[in-house]
Amino acid sequence: MAEMGQVFGIKALAAMFDRAKQQRRAAFLPYFPVGYPTYEASLDAIQAMAEAGADGFEIGVPFSDPLADGPTIQAATQVALENGITVGKCLDAVQALRRRGVIQPMLLMSYLNPLLAYGPERFAADARAAGADGVIVPDLPPEEAEAWSEICRGAGLATVFFLAPTSDSRRVELVNRHVTGFIYVVSLTGVTGARAELPPDLTGFITRVRALADKPLVLGFGISTPEQARTMNGLVDGFIVGSALVKAGKDGAGPVGALAARLREAVHV
Amino acid sequence: MTYIQTSTTPVPDERGYFGEFGGRFVPETLIPALDELTAAYHAAMADPAFRQDLAQLQATYTGRPTPISYAKRLSEHLGGAQIYLKREDLAHTGAHKINNALGQALLARRMGKQRVVAETGAGQHGVASATASALLGLECHVYMGSVDIARQQPNVFRMKLLGAEVIPVESGSKTLKDAINEAIRDWVTNVRDTFYLLGSALGPHPYPMMVRDFQSVIGLEARQQIVEMAGRLPDACVACVGGGSNAIGLFHAFRDDENVDLIGVEAGGRGIEGGEHAARFADPNLGRPGVLHGTRSFVMQDADGQIVNTHSVSAGLDYASVGPEHSYLRAQERAYYTYATDEEALAAFQTLCQLEGIIPALESSHAVAEVIKRAPGMPKDSIILVNLSGRGDKDLDTVMRELGLNG
Ligand SMILES: Cc1ncc(COP(=O)(O)O)c(C=O)c1O
Repeated sequence: MAEMGQVFGIKALAAMFDRAKQQRRAAFLPYFPVGYPTYEASLDAIQAMAEAGADGFEIGVPFSDPLADGPTIQAATQVALENGITVGKCLDAVQALRRRGVIQPMLLMSYLNPLLAYGPERFAADARAAGADGVIVPDLPPEEAEAWSEICRGAGLATVFFLAPTSDSRRVELVNRHVTGFIYVVSLTGVTGARAELPPDLTGFITRVRALADKPLVLGFGISTPEQARTMNGLVDGFIVGSALVKAGKDGAGPVGALAARLREAVHV
Repeated sequence: MTYIQTSTTPVPDERGYFGEFGGRFVPETLIPALDELTAAYHAAMADPAFRQDLAQLQATYTGRPTPISYAKRLSEHLGGAQIYLKREDLAHTGAHKINNALGQALLARRMGKQRVVAETGAGQHGVASATASALLGLECHVYMGSVDIARQQPNVFRMKLLGAEVIPVESGSKTLKDAINEAIRDWVTNVRDTFYLLGSALGPHPYPMMVRDFQSVIGLEARQQIVEMAGRLPDACVACVGGGSNAIGLFHAFRDDENVDLIGVEAGGRGIEGGEHAARFADPNLGRPGVLHGTRSFVMQDADGQIVNTHSVSAGLDYASVGPEHSYLRAQERAYYTYATDEEALAAFQTLCQLEGIIPALESSHAVAEVIKRAPGMPKDSIILVNLSGRGDKDLDTVMRELGLNG
């Protein structure tokens, strides 16, 4: 569905990384939850970021117990739940964004339990039909994901697994084998949320992963400013910004689009 | 000094599965920490010195073995089965939670982790963690929902006296579920130097196994004691089930005794129909297999997979999921699960006070409530062994309010 129905899923993500690489920059992947501050406003925010040059999206599915998230995303997804957002509504959101002309790859980001309740096969089929390209499940490590990976393969959806500073070489290789989209590299030990400083040992960590992994690396957790974004070129293939954009989203799509434009500009070469 | 063997058995498998339940569903950051913990746990249990340290603390600090008491007046009053109480309320700090807290705190020290985080619902696990940390010189931080802080004030004060920091949790339902979320977030952040001292037989592998093993001392003692006192094994073992640690601790020693019924009692709250309860196994509308806090088990959730708020008069049973081994024992039809409502638990609380001179925890009162229902229909020569998991001092405010005895 991305690229006007030309390529989708794994191929759409590969094309996204290729394009960024040709431009000698890191791809910019914003995170935004469906339903914050309202359903319509979240679509407006994502569309504004698409127009500001974002390369792809993590579309957040709200969950009552988001244990990998810090206060900003916890509060926003709680509002989304109070707004009546369901898994089905998040799939509608993807479809609506495609209709609005958003062509960038979109990955749904959901904790495992809502996917299990919806039914993994049904979810994968409906996500694909809505126009999603992949799925990210933060509480599903590769060891537990055999059936899920199979389902995603069947539906043509890209899978993403995580690496953290605590992951050893064996786990880097394991994750590298399992992902079909990219490796989500968590910059620090912790939960999501804007941080003033990126961790000092980040380059060493990325170098260690690079030596053992050939899949695209996308850095997330803690990145919030254009200054931090500027350091991503040459370090990783892409980066994710979540909490900072969610904070901006409180005041509507305008500020989100503006921050997204500055983050995108920061990696322009 | 008696050396109490802590048992280990083939479930769970290497990946932490009890049949289709269990496993490890946590962010990547924690997987290496869980691997490290599993290895350290196995090494410790294989080390006679560690087991000796634990056995010595159980005997000289906790006051183990705890006795079993024959509940003569209660048995006569009910007119059926003979009732025996396993007296975990007499363990130091007033509940079975100390068995697990001491085991894990010893393990934390052995692993060189100086900082301990814990969650607590009723406050009993928080008190046990604070106690074990004080004893072993560890730094202890306890997450507790603000709703639970309000209803378990004495335990909050006890934790502070014991030198622990109590951190109020304001997210979600502000109860045990949310305290676990925050404890996990803390652990993810400080994983390198922090030990997560989880208080029930739930969470990602190896916790359900490890907590069961540390609690299995309850059943090992009780099995021997009932044979000595009553001359034979009981017909039924009854325990309340929050996360499921006191129940699995009692059941484990009896798992191969086919003639012993194992009965777990969940919190029926204000009744199953209205959904205001924590009876994960009794309400097919809400309780279904799912994943919460790192493990696959029965979870109270809405149609969309969102975890629902639970209700129980007892904070320690007020939790949306249940340890995976209980889901497994139920699927195997080895154990049977029922529930008692708030009202039934409060009535049982008073009955035990008046007939036996024992003030039970509201959690344990749920198990007593099931005994009150079950015993009259059983023959006079039958035997029920009930786990009195804790004492009720912490619950006096709640009981006074519920019974309208305030002022
Ligand atoms: C006295 C007592 N019994 C039972 C429980 C429930 O926990 P579990 O099901 O893990 O034994 C608690 C929990 O706080 C408790 O304090």
